[in-house]
Amino acid sequence: MPGLLAQPATIHPMAWWGWAFGIAIATTRSPGVISTGLLVAALGLVVAVCRGDSPYARAFPAYLALAATIVAIRVVFYILVGIKGGTGSVLPLPRIPMPDWAGGIELLGPVSGSGLMSAVSAGLALAALLLCFGAAIALTDPLRTLRSLPASLHLLGTATVIAMMLAPQLVESWQRVRRAQKLRGQRLRKAHSVSATTTPVLQDALERSLKIAASMDSRGYARSRSGGSGAVLTLMIAALVAAALGTYALMDGTTPRWLSISLLAGGATAAFVGSVVASRRIHATTYRPDPWRMREALIAMSGVGVATLAFVSAAVGSPGTAGWSAAFLLCAAIATVPIPVVMAL
Amino acid sequence: MTPDGIIRFDRVGFRYADSDRQVLRDVTLAVPEGALCLVIGPTGSGKSTLLQLVNGLAPHFTGGELAGTVTVDGRDTRTHPPRDLADLVGVVGQDPAAGFVTGRVDDELAYGMEQLGLSDRVMRTRVEEVIDLLGLDAVRRRSLSELSAGEQQRVAIASVLTSHPRILALDEPTSALDPNGAEEVLAAILRLVHDLGITVLMAEQRLERVIQYADSMVLVGADGTVRLGLPTEILEGSPLAPPIVELGRLAGWNPMPRSIRDARRLVGPMRDRLSAHLSNQLDDPASHASAPVALTTKGLQVRYGAVRALAGVDLTLRAGEVTAVMGRNGSGKSSLLWALQGSGVRTGGTVLIYDTTVYDTAAREATQTAEVRHQRQPGVDPRSLNPEEAIHRVALVPQSPSDLLYLESVGAECRAADSAVGAVAGTAQKLLDRLAPGLSASRHPRDLSEGERLALVLAIQLAGQPRVLLLDEPTRGLDYDAKRRLCEVLNELAARGTAVLLSSHDVEFVARIADRVLVLARGELLTDGPAREVLTASPSFAPQVARILHPLPLLTVDAVRAALAAES
Repeated sequence: MPGLLAQPATIHPMAWWGWAFGIAIATTRSPGVISTGLLVAALGLVVAVCRGDSPYARAFPAYLALAATIVAIRVVFYILVGIKGGTGSVLPLPRIPMPDWAGGIELLGPVSGSGLMSAVSAGLALAALLLCFGAAIALTDPLRTLRSLPASLHLLGTATVIAMMLAPQLVESWQRVRRAQKLRGQRLRKAHSVSATTTPVLQDALERSLKIAASMDSRGYARSRSGGSGAVLTLMIAALVAAALGTYALMDGTTPRWLSISLLAGGATAAFVGSVVASRRIHATTYRPDPWRMREALIAMSGVGVATLAFVSAAVGSPGTAGWSAAFLLCAAIATVPIPVVMAL
Repeated sequence: MTPDGIIRFDRVGFRYADSDRQVLRDVTLAVPEGALCLVIGPTGSGKSTLLQLVNGLAPHFTGGELAGTVTVDGRDTRTHPPRDLADLVGVVGQDPAAGFVTGRVDDELAYGMEQLGLSDRVMRTRVEEVIDLLGLDAVRRRSLSELSAGEQQRVAIASVLTSHPRILALDEPTSALDPNGAEEVLAAILRLVHDLGITVLMAEQRLERVIQYADSMVLVGADGTVRLGLPTEILEGSPLAPPIVELGRLAGWNPMPRSIRDARRLVGPMRDRLSAHLSNQLDDPASHASAPVALTTKGLQVRYGAVRALAGVDLTLRAGEVTAVMGRNGSGKSSLLWALQGSGVRTGGTVLIYDTTVYDTAAREATQTAEVRHQRQPGVDPRSLNPEEAIHRVALVPQSPSDLLYLESVGAECRAADSAVGAVAGTAQKLLDRLAPGLSASRHPRDLSEGERLALVLAIQLAGQPRVLLLDEPTRGLDYDAKRRLCEVLNELAARGTAVLLSSHDVEFVARIADRVLVLARGELLTDGPAREVLTASPSFAPQVARILHPLPLLTVDAVRAALAAES
């Protein structure tokens, strides 16, 4: 069932990705179970209210389950092999020393409240990142997201769309062939049965890919376009390296701020220039591109707001307090508000 | 002939890279602008290659060796790859769904224009135009995978039309469609030819569906030679002839009629001759009412989640009877066959298969009625049988027979079939020799034509001597000759007491083969009766001969010939 305020395919997918990205940044910067928990709650709330009725939207509970598993695994590992310390013992388990070759690891040991809390918080941080991704997928149609990529990524986008279409077809073809093989009435040996199924399935897949390629070719794909140029490639590699280093520096928190910012800015510039150069070589256009309107801006801004709050709270030095946490929740959830309001505009 | 037309072939020859066979040789022809040109020929004769040559897919995409020149509106395909002809030639392949690049109908319609770099405003206008032209408004926001086969075909045509091509090359656009779906697609194509002046080159196996619309015809011979001419010229003496032409030959009509309307104007004398004598010599179609029961179902239901595919079907199949099940795309025909075989989904009702072999020798002496005999033999639920047992009772040839094949050669497939059913070595090979004489055992199954592949799978499935044979759309891709052979084989099997149930959209084939016809609609068994009654009464399933000779209950040219012979 779609959410209350579901807006089928009307919101620019990049708005939701921006929002989710902002929250993701906040979860990596905001320590404390309460803040992260509230951000996760905001994610869940927005998805529940705004999602559409696509299979991707219905997959969000699976992401929730996966996130819960991550937290549980983190806690179990802490109890089992984690280094115990901290105050307020809650579970006095016996220590089981391991032999020397195991490197001095101890099994179990007294579980302390603060240790448990930090395990939960670490697990939650990872789970929250996953949920940000899941929320963005649930709120957007991945196919539309790929359509809104810049022209320079057009080829990549097309390839991804086809791969996404082919995966379910491959499953269908596998099931069909297995069913047909049974009709022959022979019980095949294990190895034989695998080849009996894979041969027709792979043949099928190969024929299908050739047909798609023929269809794309006859419909003008890659028309009057020349191959990738050296300049674009160099710019892209530079941008990627700068982005990776810059992101690391930003998340690290001990690296000088100016370094990370300038790395990121340099990377973004390189990417932008490369994209413009590459786009010039491509003549494809986009049918009904998603417009960027007020509500898209508001959704993206609420993500940016959460990320900014995270940095400000870290700078002020009291990130874990209830006040900041509430601010996070409010800011992230604001994404739901503009829809009915702006819809009326 | 001096080539003058929008499509020009000048001494064109074509050979694929890995074969010695010349698919096309010395082809010189010109298709004038605005014509609907039908491409016909036996299976495997190079019809598809001819279409691919028009937009340069052959040889740019397929590889191979091209001799001579193909020019399309002045552009030489040798120097213009398909993508540079995309604004001029639209191509739709045999399986339209396989050519879809996007996920949604309107995106698919826009795809070609996006590649051409048209502006958003132009694209919006053209998408609207084409949606109106082909009646796709109701499905424009739908996912491509949710469409029916007819809708998919229309979307595929629409998606190439948005680039405003002047030529359309269509490869068997109606082969997967039920009669009504085919009519819709053909009406759309006709509209393009008449209203927009688009040149259409269309390969088609079932001539009865399209013959009346053709302006000219290209006959591709098995040896690679090609003849272009008016439909009447080409059809004269051609072994590929729809029933209307065969009837015309029998009656000696000149000029040859191409539409039912034309034929009905000419048929008067013949009909009078027939009707005077028909009443007393129309023998009842072979009655199988007393034959032993081979299979019964009671309240058979199939559901896939919320979708109801079959809703309570009661059915009895008898030994020696050929039954055809017809109905729209998606009416539950395949679900029925798979449920009867036992490995398909069945959510309710019973299916019982009876062993009819015991009657083969005793049948003639036995005096009891079928019902009494049937009580003596307990039926068995096919679902309770494991695959090894089932193959001796009931065999199914699925819609894509190649799913069953996985070995390297025809001979290996036959040997595997023998060992699977514990038959004497050579059983399957012997069957295959009868079904497709001269098929070399060393050939790879993948290289076979549709007809040969069907023959191979039939041989494999029949090796266990099942008493019930189920065939799902067996005539797809078969030419008239291959269909005739399939008919003979099925008749022979039926004569030896096999119960045959086949699903088909091919009205003419069903008219030839079936004793009894079932019509399914939305999972319900709508009609169940003798083929002659059901087919003559239905507006969409009536074969050409029945339409022409209406109200006489004759379905095929052979029946007419027999009736005339008896009369004289």
